[in-house]
Amino acid sequence: MTTERITLTINGTETTLDVPVRMTLADALREKARLTGTHVACEHGVCGACTVLVDGLAVRSCLMLAVQADGAEILTVEGLAPDGALSPLQASFRAHHALQCGFCTPGILTTMHALLTAEPDADEERIRDVLSGNLCRCTGYLPIVEAVLAARDSYRRTEETP
Amino acid sequence: MKLPNFDYACPTSLAEAIDLLARHDGDAKPISGGQSLMPMLAFRLAAPSLLVDLRLVPGLDRITVDESGVELGARVRWRDVEADERLARACPLLAAAIPHIAHYQIRNRGTIGGSLAHADPAAELPAVALACAAEIVIEGPDGRRVVAAQDFFLGPLTTALEPAELIVAVRFPPWPAARRHGFQEFSRRRGDFALAGVALFFDEESGLIGNAHVAGFGIGDVPQRLAGAEAELNGRAPTLETFAAAARAAAAEVAPQTDIHAEADYRRALLGTLTERTLAQAAGLGHAA
Repeated sequence: MTTERITLTINGTETTLDVPVRMTLADALREKARLTGTHVACEHGVCGACTVLVDGLAVRSCLMLAVQADGAEILTVEGLAPDGALSPLQASFRAHHALQCGFCTPGILTTMHALLTAEPDADEERIRDVLSGNLCRCTGYLPIVEAVLAARDSYRRTEETP
Repeated sequence: MKLPNFDYACPTSLAEAIDLLARHDGDAKPISGGQSLMPMLAFRLAAPSLLVDLRLVPGLDRITVDESGVELGARVRWRDVEADERLARACPLLAAAIPHIAHYQIRNRGTIGGSLAHADPAAELPAVALACAAEIVIEGPDGRRVVAAQDFFLGPLTTALEPAELIVAVRFPPWPAARRHGFQEFSRRRGDFALAGVALFFDEESGLIGNAHVAGFGIGDVPQRLAGAEAELNGRAPTLETFAAAARAAAAEVAPQTDIHAEADYRRALLGTLTERTLAQAAGLGHAA
């Protein structure tokens, strides 16, 4: 099995990993970087659970080879709360009961973080449109939408986000 | 599922990429955004021995807008099209289709070239390319050639591309400012592949429709120009009565298959309804859902 060495920045830390070329970025984050906050479910780009930010853009990490991320900057759900304290978005999810089993939550948090960072004034329709790329089988989405709407203020105020 | 085993190359020139593909004689696949190929690998529907990553090949990510039309490099992503404000005027039908393409995260990586080469019968870009009479610029071991969209899509997931050929760009002809266009599709869930869809435009001269281009997708092996519907439109006034007649012609000239997602009769009726609504949308006559 062909293996390649890649260097990428994960949550602000430059990291060198030896990855089989067929390994997805999702698996490399979980198994090589030991960051298991990124969840893997469908493994073919339907569910959105594995969403991470690559160079600032929300992407499905199961639909990207780890070798393709050589040189990239990655932000995973762990990077949203680098000091262990919940980010405003995460705190809003908690306050609005926007998660139940929690399996989809990392992908939804990273997606919504990317959205609100780029579009802090996203309205409910835009949030729902973007959220369509993430499956949640517990909440019925209503509390997720409420949590994201309520978190917008924190993205408007702070130019600098993790 | 985990991906099958393969080797990986990341060439830094187009010539090197084509050479790698040629040396593997059909057993190598190019990859860029991977938004179609990665699921194919995960399902083991594709199991190439080599993936040739195009991410370092220069010149494939350009968007050119000038008097000869719009040229999109193969590696232009959906998000790049969304962000380029020139395209809303230079190729509004393409701009109208983008929000229907997959999901936010997919649009951040999915590419123009990938969508064309993958040739899913329900994909939006092939239908837009067909409606616009776009040209696909291809490079291979024997040099460059240009294939009309009409001749490019041969069947489900099958195109005129030879194994060692790469799409380098797609060209859309100039778009007259007064041209009318519409795009609609229906899927059960947002972002899913469409059960049927319509991409169309027409010009108006002295109150009559001319140059109607109507493409249906999701209703057969390949996107289809609906000549019967176009004939009902050309030379007639853009009224709801004309559009209803064109919709009947559209439904009559397609031969959708029954599959697990929808029955043939349902798809046929849906295409008729969408044709009528899309024409009304193009003409600004309301009743566009």
